[in-house]
Amino acid sequence: MAILINRDTRLITVGLTGKQGTFHTLQSRDYGTNVVGGVTPGKGGTIHEGIPVFNTVFEAMNETRANAAMIFVPPPFAADSIIECIDAGMPLIICITEGIPVGDMVKVKAALQGSKSRLIGPNCPGVITPGECKIGIMPGHIHMPGNVGVISRSGTLTYEAVYQLTQRNIGQTTCVGIGGDPVNGTNFIDILEMFQKDPETKAVIMIGEIGGTAETDAARWIKANMTKPVVSFIAGAAAPKGKRMGHAGAIISGEDDSAEAKFKILQECGVTIARSPAELGAKIAEVLKK
Amino acid sequence: MNVHEYQAKDLMRKYDIAVLQGGVADTPAQAVEVAKKLGGSVWVVKAQIHAGGRGKGGGVKLARSIEEVEKYAKEILGMQLITHQTGPEGKKVLKILVEQGCAIDHEYYAGIVLDRSVGKFCMMVSTEGGMEIETVAHENPEKIIKAYIDPATGFTPAHGRKLGFALGLKGETLKKANKFFEGLYRLYVEKDCSIAEINPLVTTKDGDVLALDAKLNFDDNALFRHPDIEALRDITEESEQELEAGKYGLSYISLDGNIGCLVNGAGLAMGTLDILKLHGGSPANFLDVGGGATKETVQKAFTIILQDKNVKAILVNIFGGIMKCDIIANGVVDAAKELGINVPLVVRLEGTNVALGKKILAESGLKITAADDLADAAAKAVAAAKGGK
Repeated sequence: MAILINRDTRLITVGLTGKQGTFHTLQSRDYGTNVVGGVTPGKGGTIHEGIPVFNTVFEAMNETRANAAMIFVPPPFAADSIIECIDAGMPLIICITEGIPVGDMVKVKAALQGSKSRLIGPNCPGVITPGECKIGIMPGHIHMPGNVGVISRSGTLTYEAVYQLTQRNIGQTTCVGIGGDPVNGTNFIDILEMFQKDPETKAVIMIGEIGGTAETDAARWIKANMTKPVVSFIAGAAAPKGKRMGHAGAIISGEDDSAEAKFKILQECGVTIARSPAELGAKIAEVLKK
Repeated sequence: MNVHEYQAKDLMRKYDIAVLQGGVADTPAQAVEVAKKLGGSVWVVKAQIHAGGRGKGGGVKLARSIEEVEKYAKEILGMQLITHQTGPEGKKVLKILVEQGCAIDHEYYAGIVLDRSVGKFCMMVSTEGGMEIETVAHENPEKIIKAYIDPATGFTPAHGRKLGFALGLKGETLKKANKFFEGLYRLYVEKDCSIAEINPLVTTKDGDVLALDAKLNFDDNALFRHPDIEALRDITEESEQELEAGKYGLSYISLDGNIGCLVNGAGLAMGTLDILKLHGGSPANFLDVGGGATKETVQKAFTIILQDKNVKAILVNIFGGIMKCDIIANGVVDAAKELGINVPLVVRLEGTNVALGKKILAESGLKITAADDLADAAAKAVAAAKGGK
């Protein structure tokens, strides 16, 4: 089962022929992902590393019946590529690009309303269903198939959590990086809902950050709707107020979005909290035993 | 990116947003010249630094004669202005803004921010002008009136009426307020602002609506399409190390502890600071080398970390995804050799090409403490900093 992506996923890469696009598309293909095409305007009709290239997403979808797109387009043009995918009716869009202007994402968010597309990211590591399909930049070998769902706003911190699980021989259903930007396509609640419905997923790790209310909204949703155990870590307890910690989203602006406040609400809503990112694996092992 | 009040007001004039006439000066003589040119009998002399709370710190003075303009200009220029946003060391005032006075009838608040929960820009107004908006939001949330703006429609007169009537405005003043709000939204979107805050927004005895103060921040990710905004950057207001780091694609923030940190990824970098604190340590910095780091950027990262004389140990924590462990390992080895790192170095590598990375470190002949996992790395770094030379 898993969520979002599996063996039937047919992937195209937008921005295939760039250095990063090529490297990570090949890594994904090596992992077992069915890469059916790529898009680079002006290079349509050519073959790149054995992958057919098209000028537009629309054309690529028509020719390949792709049902997922991975975007590796530089930040000034990335929002345009996302909108191109939405226009073409691409069901799943995963945007890896970091540094898209917020104003562009506000427009993308509006374009997503009422569309057929789901956007994951931007500024995210992507999505992986271990053993079946990898779309993104995460190191495939640290994952293993299993029953824990992982959702995170951070890339490397997700790898950290996954690695701890795999070390303990605990596999993952699907790992989803929703991205560290203030405006993104998919929030924690959307993914939690999918994990709740997925019969294979037995427990979920949710990794959040300071800034915004996404984690506290998720906490309240979990309390009302979720029967599966959730373990959560919030990064940024040691961050000084008002400083942007790398991710554009990670800035404490009001009282309610500090790590302390988020930990408190998560705990009140029945979520198992890990105060240290090194405890995530152990905490999941605990809740799975119950 | 932040700009000064006088720069924000210059931009606002271009969008037909009403502000007072004024001019910037960096000497008392210039201030007098500006005041004479403006005419009138009352002027305001305002320190130009990138921080709020300037009035309370003594950086804003009302002058009732040209002599007073000169006197206050002399006092404020060169002073070390301390406000709740500058930190205890304060900021040196290098420029002042001299403005016409005006007869204030009422003070309000107006601002635009992104509401992340809905992914839309939100214009907020309040009758509680001159107060910190965070305080109002906390104590009297009902006194903040919001209008969410759909990017497809932009700001419409209906948004303006909603906000204007809520402030109790009417007639010509309401129309002027609507024009003010519309202009502010247009500026915000066209120039990719991240914050616009007019506090206070005032109505005058003559029925005008204008910005008494103005704060604009800009989205760093959008500066590539606004060279005019980039040109307003005042490097005297920014941390030298943070600027230097930015040139190499590193994200660096100085903190007050003694353990230097070099991490890949913002989330893991934050998590590393957290776990150091949980182990009783104190991080000296946040540093995210990013995914595209090379040997050179790793070396630069070490140089920046070592400029902080409080650093007693360095923790390198890398989980290679895009970033390959061998590149980091080579960077660490080269930096250690060339820079002569003389504080304990704890390195934890995991992920892509980890075996190769560990081999490079082991064969380097350098004194590097290898750590097995995140908790082990934190414990070793804290111990090293405590026993530090």
